[in-house]
Amino acid sequence: MIFFENVSKIYSPTSTALKGVTLRIQPKEFVSIVGPSGSGKTTLLKLLTVEERPTEGRIFFDQSEVTMLRPKELPYLRRRIGKVFQDYRLLPTKTAYENVAFALEAAGHLTKEIEHDVPQVLELVGLTEKIHHFPHELSGGELQRVAIARALVNRPEVFLADEPTGNLDPVNTREIIRLLLKINELGATVILATHDKEIIDSLDRRVVALEKGEIIRDEERGKYII
Amino acid sequence: MAIESLKRIMKSAAVSFWRNGWLSTATVLVMVLTLFVIGGLVLSSVLFNTILASVEEKIDVSVYFLPNTPEELIINLKSEFQKIPNVREVAYVSQAEALERFRERHKDNPVVIESLQELEDNPLEASLNISAIDTLKFQDIVTAIEARQEPTVDKINFRENQLAIERLSKITTASKTTGAVLAIVLAFVAVLVTFNTVRLAIYTARDEINVMRLVGATAWYIRGPFLVEGIIDGALAAVVTTAIYFPIIWFLAPKLQLFLDGVNMFDYFVSHFFEFFAILLGTSVVLSVLSSILAIRRYLKV
Repeated sequence: MIFFENVSKIYSPTSTALKGVTLRIQPKEFVSIVGPSGSGKTTLLKLLTVEERPTEGRIFFDQSEVTMLRPKELPYLRRRIGKVFQDYRLLPTKTAYENVAFALEAAGHLTKEIEHDVPQVLELVGLTEKIHHFPHELSGGELQRVAIARALVNRPEVFLADEPTGNLDPVNTREIIRLLLKINELGATVILATHDKEIIDSLDRRVVALEKGEIIRDEERGKYII
Repeated sequence: MAIESLKRIMKSAAVSFWRNGWLSTATVLVMVLTLFVIGGLVLSSVLFNTILASVEEKIDVSVYFLPNTPEELIINLKSEFQKIPNVREVAYVSQAEALERFRERHKDNPVVIESLQELEDNPLEASLNISAIDTLKFQDIVTAIEARQEPTVDKINFRENQLAIERLSKITTASKTTGAVLAIVLAFVAVLVTFNTVRLAIYTARDEINVMRLVGATAWYIRGPFLVEGIIDGALAAVVTTAIYFPIIWFLAPKLQLFLDGVNMFDYFVSHFFEFFAILLGTSVVLSVLSSILAIRRYLKV
């Protein structure tokens, strides 16, 4: 379970990203965080992986308070959380296979496991044929699928997607959303940050709407209304 | 597990070195420049010290003895003089030896040789030649000898040469200081250039570092490949620099031999090859690894 307790993030006196956000997300839930650019969606996700620390408030993941974790403990937290971005963030000098394998290597898995798991997860996202291609040889949709495979390969409990379809055409967008639903079906909590109205309306899942850093609406089967 | 991680770090470093070919080449070249300066400093300090030492050796003071002073007495005084502080060496030149040297020096001048032959006795005096550890303090040595008021001592040639000796001593001391300051400044510049190059190389990898953190790599697992790459860069640069110095020294050695009392720089280089290479290798590896650690630190926070 994820719990944000009265969390604020103030970057500078003139820039407040989040104001008193309290949010509870149950295991295996599929939650969309919506809102215009600058409403605090990205910050919310960054706080959970401790890329940023809150100015006020506490954040819990399972039993542990992530805001109290020491730098040394952060890698172990991050291995339990998969994350994808609008700009994919793949390593440009590594092939699709190596990018996915890297997450397992970093977590210290055995080579045998890696050789077994990586092709499997790449197959799951439908990239078996481009397994040894470098990022510059792949299309946007393919890049995002490699990124999803990388986030998925550590079998994370939580899957964060920060505007994953922002750079994609409608066909690829549908494909990515279909993958996110599949990941959710397989048992992971999925938190999707987006401002794509069509996606939200078609999902028919829980929607949390942010505006200027505050939660203005939280509906169990929500639509995109701002 | 640890061995597996180490293997992965090594492999990742080698792959990244190869795939970032241009960046690696640029980094190695800058390090070669740095090492070239440092190698030059090492070699020129050897050169410089040899020349200075040979100049200092030539600065000495002679104590002349009246003719017919018994040899035992002079030998005795020799060991006495040796006990004076700051004396490096005392050499005895007998009357016969002095004459021999005089003849040798004037062998092209028949007038001097002839007039010498007309004399019945040896007109030259026996002497003790004293060299000092610190040539600036000859004054103290001479004062100590004068204080003994030896009846057999005819004269000490210090007074007439005093000015020249002191001036020469000051020049050698000043040269040493200047050399040291110059070396420090050059080394500092070279180190700074390398540090900034490594920093730039890591700056280009900052997104990569970010991704590594994101997928849960530990700080050491992220740092590892950069350090190994630093070692590869450093070792390559040391090899290249040493290879460049070979022909340069081979070419310059005969020209320098004149200044060096016949010492051949190339022979010296060959016989001290491993020391030289070790200095370059140590410097470059330590430098590039330290630069990497410092440069990567800011990207590893949180």
